[in-house]
Amino acid sequence: MTIEWAWISDHAGDLTTLTLSHLQAALTAVLLGLLISLPLAVLAHRVRPLRGFLLGLSNVLFTIPSIAVFVLLLPVSGLTRTTTVIGLTIYTLVVLLRNTVEGLDSVPAKAREAAIAMGTRPLRTLLTVELPLALPVIMAGVRIATVMSISLVSVATYIGDGGLGQLFTDGFQRNFPTPVVVGVVLTLLLALVADALLVAVQYVLTPWTRQRHPKSGKA
Amino acid sequence: MYELFKDLGSWLVSSEQWTGPDGIGHRLAEHLQYSLIATVIAAVIALPLGLLIGHTGRGAFLAINLASFGRALPTVGLVVLVFLASGLSMTPVYVALVALAIPSIVTNTYAGMTAVDPEVKDAARGQGMRGRQVLLQVEIPLALPLIMTGLRLALIQVVATATIAAYVSFGGLGRYVFDGLAQRDLVQVLGGAVLVAVVAVVLDLALSGLQRVLFRHRTAA
Repeated sequence: MTIEWAWISDHAGDLTTLTLSHLQAALTAVLLGLLISLPLAVLAHRVRPLRGFLLGLSNVLFTIPSIAVFVLLLPVSGLTRTTTVIGLTIYTLVVLLRNTVEGLDSVPAKAREAAIAMGTRPLRTLLTVELPLALPVIMAGVRIATVMSISLVSVATYIGDGGLGQLFTDGFQRNFPTPVVVGVVLTLLLALVADALLVAVQYVLTPWTRQRHPKSGKA
Repeated sequence: MYELFKDLGSWLVSSEQWTGPDGIGHRLAEHLQYSLIATVIAAVIALPLGLLIGHTGRGAFLAINLASFGRALPTVGLVVLVFLASGLSMTPVYVALVALAIPSIVTNTYAGMTAVDPEVKDAARGQGMRGRQVLLQVEIPLALPLIMTGLRLALIQVVATATIAAYVSFGGLGRYVFDGLAQRDLVQVLGGAVLVAVVAVVLDLALSGLQRVLFRHRTAA
């Protein structure tokens, strides 16, 4: 199996387009997932009976194969980017919801009580005390969801989308390994870079975890 | 939309759909066969690795990064790549499915081993148990619920992904998805997708039920 380097330089433009399209699908899904899972997680954290239901439901959704999710969406949104993004969002939801609920659980009761004792209103407590303290666990979820989405985009190649995944179909149909190798390497690189950036974002957002061991906040 | 669901219903229940070499019964058996073989191979590789990392406490970095790498690896790309390198055989499918299953098993086995109370291990050593005895008689039994969870997650992921066998011309339930896509027969595609989803969900529920029965005396699950 040989790599044709000339093919790569000849198709630099196409590869850039595919990479950007790949990234766009994955990031849109993670952002949508965050927007949907945050309120749901707060709800699941506050209302005990809802918690089991929401987490159970998201676990069931997670067991549905990705190709099946894309295909099942075809009658709704057809062979479009929308189908790809909805499918990916469903997967990110599972990880994000679970981690956000666990993150809120990890907030020390004393911190919450102190905020209440100081007369902070519930919404403000949530935004300025609970969510920041839950951030390390939430960010762990965001990292997993991002890496997973970037890898899953290529499954959408079966429904005519798939960003870099199109290179796999292309290489397969023409019995030509170069695009496949390039596609796998670029997907791994995207995931690696995105993960590193998220680590950096978390480092900037949570200055208080740097001085001591992250778990020292536990009472 | 309604018509589609009606067609899908009749596709799923019609008797000719369930028998013969292209019948659901046969495709289901193939699908389960691929999934079980891949999960067993993955377990043979991943279980000793997870136990070793957990027991010695060395290589935790490897375990964590392996999981991250496994999540990032595009399965479709891997199948096509191995297919182009090795030709028409089940090898590409098994390579991809095993690669998919290994991270879940390693990370959960490792997590189970690290969750074992160090005082319990100390007590075992204090009673004169050797390293191997501690591993076999204390650590593994205590880590078993999480080890089982890892195996279950791996199997479910593999079942969900074994559809890919049909992409490189083999059988399994993915046959309906890819044949349907090629023939623009949406009912067949949906039928295949529904079957895979149902098998994955049912297996998950059955195995987590089994786990609950087996470990009902334990507090940690």
